[in-house]
Amino acid sequence: MDVDAEPKPDPLIKQGAEGRVYRIQFLGKDAVLKERFVKTYRHPELDARLTKERIRAEAKSIVRCKNAGICTPAVYSVDFSTNRIIMEYISNSETVSDYIYKLSDMSNEKHTEELKNVSAEMGRVIGKMHHNNIIHGDLTTSNILVQHIDNCWKLFLIDFGLSYTKSSDEDKAVDLYVLERALLSKHSDVSWFFDNFLTHYAGFNKSTERVVKKLSEVRSRGRKRTMVG
Amino acid sequence: MVITLGFEGSANKLGIGILQNDKVLSNCRRTYVTPPGEGFLPRETARHHQNNIVDLLQESLSKANVKPHEIDVICYTKGPGMGGPLVAVALVARTVAQLWNKPLIPVNHCIGHIEMGRLVTGCENPTVLYVSGGNTQIIAYSNKKYRIFGETIDIAVGNCLDRFARVLKLSNDPSPGYNIEQLAKQGKKLLPLPYVVKGMDVSFSGILTFIEEKAEKYLKSGEYTEADLCFSLQETIFAMLVETTERAMAHCGSNEVLIVGGVGCNERLQSMMHTMCVERGAVLYATDERYCIDNGVMIAHAGALMFKSGFHGKWEDTFCTQRFRTDDVVVTWRD
Repeated sequence: MDVDAEPKPDPLIKQGAEGRVYRIQFLGKDAVLKERFVKTYRHPELDARLTKERIRAEAKSIVRCKNAGICTPAVYSVDFSTNRIIMEYISNSETVSDYIYKLSDMSNEKHTEELKNVSAEMGRVIGKMHHNNIIHGDLTTSNILVQHIDNCWKLFLIDFGLSYTKSSDEDKAVDLYVLERALLSKHSDVSWFFDNFLTHYAGFNKSTERVVKKLSEVRSRGRKRTMVG
Repeated sequence: MVITLGFEGSANKLGIGILQNDKVLSNCRRTYVTPPGEGFLPRETARHHQNNIVDLLQESLSKANVKPHEIDVICYTKGPGMGGPLVAVALVARTVAQLWNKPLIPVNHCIGHIEMGRLVTGCENPTVLYVSGGNTQIIAYSNKKYRIFGETIDIAVGNCLDRFARVLKLSNDPSPGYNIEQLAKQGKKLLPLPYVVKGMDVSFSGILTFIEEKAEKYLKSGEYTEADLCFSLQETIFAMLVETTERAMAHCGSNEVLIVGGVGCNERLQSMMHTMCVERGAVLYATDERYCIDNGVMIAHAGALMFKSGFHGKWEDTFCTQRFRTDDVVVTWRD
């Protein structure tokens, strides 16, 4: 696909380990451009393969999520020659990570209630995603956006570069394990957050309930865990 | 002035080191080398340590020019590692501690690597990649613990390399990983291998099975040479390690990387990590084989830090354990 003229990568929104995200205008719409860098430490063939795989995974999973009724930014354009993907810009949004920091900083009852709602909604959204056999591959609070509209908010899943489609409980449980560890390392002050998330995730339907059972198996598997009993 | 004696023998290396404060007085090591195609087994490795440890202790004392009565504290590896070899070495550490009437400090092997790396390179607060035959972890310090951000969910990276070296019947002298590294330098053609990264965790067992199964076919047909296979394996698994390390750095906002553990000697891994660091304006710290590979000095150093920060253990607690996680240790010597 040809993107008319070189898009002006002016305001840089995010510089991650994998690439840069810029805010741009695309056919008159607010959009973001995500550009994956060439990783020169990797063998060029391996790098090309991985970059291509990840761009493809991202586009594919976003479409699958859309079909399942899960909010994600819409894909406008994919360009394998420049490793660029252009997506919808989610206005008035911040990462769940930032939102948690904000809410837990001014901890009062109202904010705790709000945090509970966020974790519950995360449980439902990720439950739905797993029910549709989409594995995210890098679930962290930085990869979920909260969009504020008036007094409401909505969650958007982003960063599907490591995602794939699989129906096994094992893969879904590992996905949850990655999220749990990310929460532990970043938001250890709200330790109940993951438990509340899990309750609502398990409550989504029978299939997610099974995954939660599998999770305890995955947890006990980390190397050199002290064995109890 | 504190003189510390450290014993290490959690795998096939037997190491005894003596430190005077931060100065290395001696760092002696003997390695149990098995024939090509064979790995080291716990019982034979323990016997190797038993047969060598008294000589090695005398050698390290005389090299350091230290008399037993001048030693202030004795340290040994409590774990993780292979049961037999750990016990063989701990037995001697306990015996000399009793004989010479010195305090005995049990040290976590991984903490030994990290602290030795910090001492040798002088880095402050790095993201640590700990890669060896038994361990693969991405570690960062926070709030009195070395926290594991990512790790292997199955076998260690060094184990993956060692076992592939056995398939090719490469020599285990000085180490199978070293011989893979040398052979890989002549490799040119990249075999596409599975690339398994899950968040910040990695997995190597699938890659090993894949390459073990295909190796014979490719070598026979001449499609890939032994060098190509070593090259492909290294390029793939090291890329996984560098990628997850970079992700951990982004997560913690860190701009220092320290590589420790036996696989950390690998120059290709170091150069890939260096490239990544340059790209993000970070600094790489690595050590050479004296301190990357298991040694007694690192145990002495970590134990000395524990000792100086007021560690008082009970004699009953000077046992060994095969399972001892890096994040189980409370780091009393750092803020």
